[in-house]
Amino acid sequence: MSEPLKTEKAASSSGLKMMSRATYFREAALKNIFLLCAVLAVAAVGLIFVFTMARGWEVVKDPGLAAFLGGTEWSSSLGRFGILPLINGTIAVTLGALLLGAPLAIGTAVFLSEIASPRMRSIVRPAVEMLAGVPSVVFGFFGLVMIRPVVAELTGGMGFGTLTASVILAVMIVPTIATLTEDALGSVPPGIREASYAMGATTWQTIYKVLLPAAKIGIIDATILGMGRAIGETMAVVMVAGNAPQFFKGLGAPIATITSQIVIDMSYATGTHKTALFGLAIILFLISMGLVALVRALSRLNTKKA
Amino acid sequence: MTPLSGAARPEALEGAAKFTVRDLDFYYGDFHALTGMNIDVRENSVTAFIGPSGCGKSTFLRCLNRMNDLIPGTRIDGTITLDGEDIYGPGVDPVDLRRRVGMIFQQPNPFPMSIYDNVAFGPRLHGIKKKEELDQIVEQALMRANLWKEVKDIMERGGLTLSGGQQQRLCIARVLAVQPDVLLMDEPCSAIDPTSVQKVEDLMAELKSSVTIIIVTHNMQQAARVSDETAFFLQERQGEPAELIEFGRTAEIFTSPHDRRTEDYITGRFG
Ligand SMILES: Nc1ncnc2c1ncn2[C@@H]1O[C@H](COP(=O)(O)OP(=O)(O)OP(=O)(O)O)[C@@H](O)[C@H]1O
Ligand SMILES: [Mg+2]
Repeated sequence: MSEPLKTEKAASSSGLKMMSRATYFREAALKNIFLLCAVLAVAAVGLIFVFTMARGWEVVKDPGLAAFLGGTEWSSSLGRFGILPLINGTIAVTLGALLLGAPLAIGTAVFLSEIASPRMRSIVRPAVEMLAGVPSVVFGFFGLVMIRPVVAELTGGMGFGTLTASVILAVMIVPTIATLTEDALGSVPPGIREASYAMGATTWQTIYKVLLPAAKIGIIDATILGMGRAIGETMAVVMVAGNAPQFFKGLGAPIATITSQIVIDMSYATGTHKTALFGLAIILFLISMGLVALVRALSRLNTKKA
Repeated sequence: MTPLSGAARPEALEGAAKFTVRDLDFYYGDFHALTGMNIDVRENSVTAFIGPSGCGKSTFLRCLNRMNDLIPGTRIDGTITLDGEDIYGPGVDPVDLRRRVGMIFQQPNPFPMSIYDNVAFGPRLHGIKKKEELDQIVEQALMRANLWKEVKDIMERGGLTLSGGQQQRLCIARVLAVQPDVLLMDEPCSAIDPTSVQKVEDLMAELKSSVTIIIVTHNMQQAARVSDETAFFLQERQGEPAELIEFGRTAEIFTSPHDRRTEDYITGRFG
């Protein structure tokens, strides 16, 4: 009885070893192709970073680090390249976008995941996702034609400035934050939802006492990623912000962000001016690296807590 | 079999009816899940629901606290009264009903918050805010759930850091904190370790002087040990609604069932 079993085993184990040469080469080739893709992607990022650093580091010498990082004026005609007004503008516009966009997006996500009927969901969700695919120049154009006049009416002036840019950015970050927040709510264990209702909680109590706290870290993540999108967005901002590199003077006053200033200046900048623009790019790099690090730290916190 | 608790405590059967169910039919959309259910659940007793998988025990249980209302497309016919009041009557708030009829699930499901906050959840929903009052309620509920000793020094730790059996008792404490009249338990012991099962069974015996308990279980010995009365559910053919085949004192159901099918099920499980 044990004899045939043994030979069978031997046969199958030798069968396992015999991988055909063709299979072997195909597997090896595929593995290397995927590796190449990964290497290329990393190389692209690395190359851009190195290039930017190489061109930008001289800000340390020419406007000088203090004048660059601490300067309160950005004026190419005067040769002043202080980034504080641009940082200030970026913060103002991004903060405005988050204040308007995050509640809207989180509300949308709660609606989609907890309240909407399946039919309603099948209408709203694709609409939100479509928003993510609209080119930013279209958003900018929309802002120019639709939002700017309203803001002009509200604040006086032309309507180019922080508020118009914030409104447009708010709409642009809704899909990012809404989709990720919906994912976060969806990954709350269903038993918890049931437990809350079974305890006699209303839908509203279940949402704000149980589900939102349970999904808190995912929602913060979503908001940070939305913030990254707002900071990086350029085209739409250039079209409606008024592009004056000055400190925040009011919701209706023109303003410039780091990215919009690069676009405005890059076609004619030379010498120190050009170096300063690369310096701005380094700052953007650092900001986005910081945000990514923050998200990673949060998700580590999340897994540790669970 | 071991002596049956139903026989040992016949006085439990003399209590008033807590739940009265008459001619209950239940539908998930087009699927007719339950038909012609009639049952009286006695106050301050333990009633066990038994039957093969898929025979509608959970569905029936969830009719009693209107959890099925949350599933779109469900429909119910017949009447269910709690203390004589129609729980599906006009003007009855299911949210309020669920505060009186607590539920424990098969999978322990504490909220991802501290042990203390888990137990204080219900009282806080009721608007109790005072720290001393909450402290007292939390301590009492944890004591009734046989968990106080194990957690009294780690109240700020996350509820999910406890063991499965402890989590289940935490869920029981969470429900007890709102002083429910009835405790519905849907296979509360099937996902926890034997020691914890023992503790949960002990606490059921302690609780039934003040709470009416209904437990769904696949464990015949457990039904025999903990319950005073037993209801046997059966869906005879796939696609047909399930029925309540037999309902009576646990001692009787397990020793001399009237219905052939009850006997088949019970002996099948034992033998
Ligand atoms: N949400 C639902 N929608 C549609 N049908 C359902 C739903 N929940 C349960 N059912 C069906 O209703 C019937 C009864 O299910 P139920 O969960 O009440 O059985 P059960 O007796 O609790 O089974 P188990 O012992 O496996 O827990 C089954 O046929 C099941 O498929
Ligand atoms: Mg069930």
